[in-house]
Amino acid sequence: MIKDMLKLFISNKKALTGVIILIFFLTIAIFAPIIAPYGPKQSRDESGKFELRAEPSLKHPLGTSHAGYDLFSRLIYGTRLSLGVGISTGIITTFIALTLGLFSGYYGGVIDEIISFINNIFLVIPSLPLVIVVASYITIKGVLPIILVLSLTGWAWGTRVIRSQVLSVREREFVKVAEVLGEKPLIIVFREIFPNIISLVMATFFTSTIAAVIGEATLEFIGLGNLSTVTWGTMLYWAQNNAALLYNAWWWFLPPGLFIGLLGTSFALMNFAIDEISNPKIRKR
Amino acid sequence: MSDTILEIDHLTAGYETKMGDVLAVNDVSFDLKKGELIGIAGESGCGKSTLAYSIMNLLEDNGKIYSGEIRFSGKNMVDLSDKQIKNFRWKNMSMVFQSAMNALNPVMKISEQLIDALKAHEKKISDKEARKRAKEMLKLVDIQIDRLDAYPHQLSGGMKQRVMIAMAMILNPDLMIMDEPTTALDVVVQRNIIEKVEELRHEFNFSIIFITHDLSLLVEISDKLAIMYAGKILEIGPADRIYLNPLQPYTEGLMNSFPPLTGELEEMSGIAGKPPDLLNPPQGCPFYPRCDKRMDICQKTMPEFKEIEENHKVRCHLYTGGNNNE
Amino acid sequence: MKYFLRRILWLIFAIFVALTINFILPRLMPGDPATILIQRLEGLEPSAIEAVRTAFGLETDKNIVIQYWDYLVNLAHGDLGISISHYPTPVWDVLKKALPWTIGLMGLSTIFSFVIGTFIGIGIAWKRKSKISDAILGLFLFIRSFPYFWFGLILVYFLAFNNPFFPLGGAHSTRLMPADGWAYFKSVLYHGFLPGLTITISSMGYWILTIRNNMINVLAEDYITVAKAKGLSASRIRNLYAAKNAILPSISGFAMALGFVIGGSLLTEMVFSYPGVGFMLFQAVQQQDYPLLQAIFLFIILGVLFSNFIADIVIMLLDPRVRDGGSR
Repeated sequence: MIKDMLKLFISNKKALTGVIILIFFLTIAIFAPIIAPYGPKQSRDESGKFELRAEPSLKHPLGTSHAGYDLFSRLIYGTRLSLGVGISTGIITTFIALTLGLFSGYYGGVIDEIISFINNIFLVIPSLPLVIVVASYITIKGVLPIILVLSLTGWAWGTRVIRSQVLSVREREFVKVAEVLGEKPLIIVFREIFPNIISLVMATFFTSTIAAVIGEATLEFIGLGNLSTVTWGTMLYWAQNNAALLYNAWWWFLPPGLFIGLLGTSFALMNFAIDEISNPKIRKR
Repeated sequence: MSDTILEIDHLTAGYETKMGDVLAVNDVSFDLKKGELIGIAGESGCGKSTLAYSIMNLLEDNGKIYSGEIRFSGKNMVDLSDKQIKNFRWKNMSMVFQSAMNALNPVMKISEQLIDALKAHEKKISDKEARKRAKEMLKLVDIQIDRLDAYPHQLSGGMKQRVMIAMAMILNPDLMIMDEPTTALDVVVQRNIIEKVEELRHEFNFSIIFITHDLSLLVEISDKLAIMYAGKILEIGPADRIYLNPLQPYTEGLMNSFPPLTGELEEMSGIAGKPPDLLNPPQGCPFYPRCDKRMDICQKTMPEFKEIEENHKVRCHLYTGGNNNE
Repeated sequence: MKYFLRRILWLIFAIFVALTINFILPRLMPGDPATILIQRLEGLEPSAIEAVRTAFGLETDKNIVIQYWDYLVNLAHGDLGISISHYPTPVWDVLKKALPWTIGLMGLSTIFSFVIGTFIGIGIAWKRKSKISDAILGLFLFIRSFPYFWFGLILVYFLAFNNPFFPLGGAHSTRLMPADGWAYFKSVLYHGFLPGLTITISSMGYWILTIRNNMINVLAEDYITVAKAKGLSASRIRNLYAAKNAILPSISGFAMALGFVIGGSLLTEMVFSYPGVGFMLFQAVQQQDYPLLQAIFLFIILGVLFSNFIADIVIMLLDPRVRDGGSR
């Protein structure tokens, strides 16, 4: 079944486009040192110090920043963390949502009541204020706290969706059969229920990841992240705080945002394709 | 003939898929007279619903009519424009859908659903008059008038199906197609509805195409019976003759698959095997792999219709004097 | 009726829980607000320090239950305390100025994006085959992938900075006052256009997608085929048979989105220098202004609870199945 799904996935134009874009970004991230002409914090080379706030030129395709860093290189290097933080958070969030959703949905009872209650609270609180408050608690610097904060605030939606799906799958015949046959609950959960919610889990992963990428950018933008790192988000922060507008320097904020959007589109496309594949009503023949 | 209301003439219809055309209705022909009830019997997936949708011109998306004619009172419907069909449909022929569970709009009162059918075709009718008609229809199908403004979820399964019937009858059509109308209901309710339908048919003299897999039911109520398999009609004739003298081995098998409610408990036999893939219909008789009376020629060519008794036709090489290489 | 009563009781209960959580939350945060403030106002006599403490309801020597009771009583009187970051202005005064801007801007933008988005979504689901539908869908999927504050930046750059069609920031021209009547109002609209546009466009995608998905599911139902068979007009089928069924989940979503209005405006307000609650929230966190923080959270939670409640009522009005006590 997985092989069939993969085949369908690749043959879908939207999915293919999404995958190609993703590969593009992964390549940039992995091969950053080779692709980028300069280091992310490099402000001089053999010919001397870099010009500050330079306009795009052959030497600096995206110009230089307020402190003389080459923006093209920063964009390339920034891909690593933006992608890294996004995907790690996506994985963690999906894992939490999957686990909680599965157990809450399948076991029901007290476990479900407790998990749902906490879930509802997190769902009801608007995420941005929550993120801000939680982030202000965290005093350690680094990338890990950001991943933690984003995961902590992002698991709610996926959990609820997965739980609903588990509830409906649970009522289907083949699960009842397994129960009657006396299979252990854990085995039922993983062997019967899980395969039927895979597409939903994938969708959750895509949504969480792009939410994390944007979330990270947002945190950095308002200054709550780790400003010593180089990510697309920090580039936007510096752009805003160094009055890119005043200097008419569109190249400060246009490229990082564009990259975020492109990555987001890639995930949206793949997500869409999975929707089409798993829901026959949406599929166009 | 002036009292022939419907002629299906070599109709072929199905669905275009990426892997090819699925011919769910493959060269089907039959006639229907005014007031007659023809039962169409067959297993699930044999193309019965596609036939119904084709006649009503309700094929969607990738469904299409490939060839043949559907003549209603002599006029071919296949070539009509969308607008013409919209005006024509429901007034002259209507349909009762399988499973009224989902056939009624959950957020609309049934009075509104009855009335809008009326208003779509009789534009000048007043609200009061329309409501009166809706009440009459409910009375006809034995639903209490105080349910007129109820919502579908407030009605039982049997009542919902009766609302569907009322809705199908509201413009007094000459033909009603009923696609598995009682399959989802229990036998007692089923009986009530069938009796009511028969009563109405005799009172208003409309024709019915009754589609179901329940052959025993059809034998009781049909004037004419058509046995459908893999998109083709294999046998057609008066219901009692088909019951007493099934010619096609498939028909025979179907008859033997139903236990009689009364009488001796005979040995029951089903029919082994599965229906063929409609994507690549076989050259010869589609029943060949499952037929216990099959011959070599059955695999090679599709037998033509042969009239064995009056109006009782069958497509089977057993009767076409084909090579008997038993 | 029962449904309605249940909802009201739940609302009252939830409000109470919210107030309590709101009381506990700032006391859980790191740092002692009183100490911070006192450091700020250095050189105060102990009695003055105590007075400050009292003013903020932070007498840590008083029984926590008494503190809680005082808190509730104060709340009933509309006393939300004194803001630390805007000392000595009472919190309520601070909020009074910021709330209308946020509610107005965010509220209106959310309503616009919902209404327009839902219309578009119904349309592209109805005409699924057309290339325009695909193009619109693609466009909004693309737009949704961008952080919306970035959109704000782009808009400001191109429409306010490079080509000064619109002002760079602020809620209204600094030269005008509410007393200036129509001129003031025009200025407000003028200043609110870009931020409003940003929010509207970036949120529309969600509404479009939601209703489109639902419409597609609904359009596969039998009652749509029946409606077509009955010969009903396309608009009637689309609106009363399809959309009316498909819109129910969107409405709950919309009500919840309204609830998020107060909390979610931060980024837009930063980019456009709009003096709303979001920005105030941010400052409150940075300066550990607990009374203000507490009050803002209170409003956020109340907003969410009320909008959920309204959503439930609207669903009740629209879906007859819920009215009869069934749960969805």
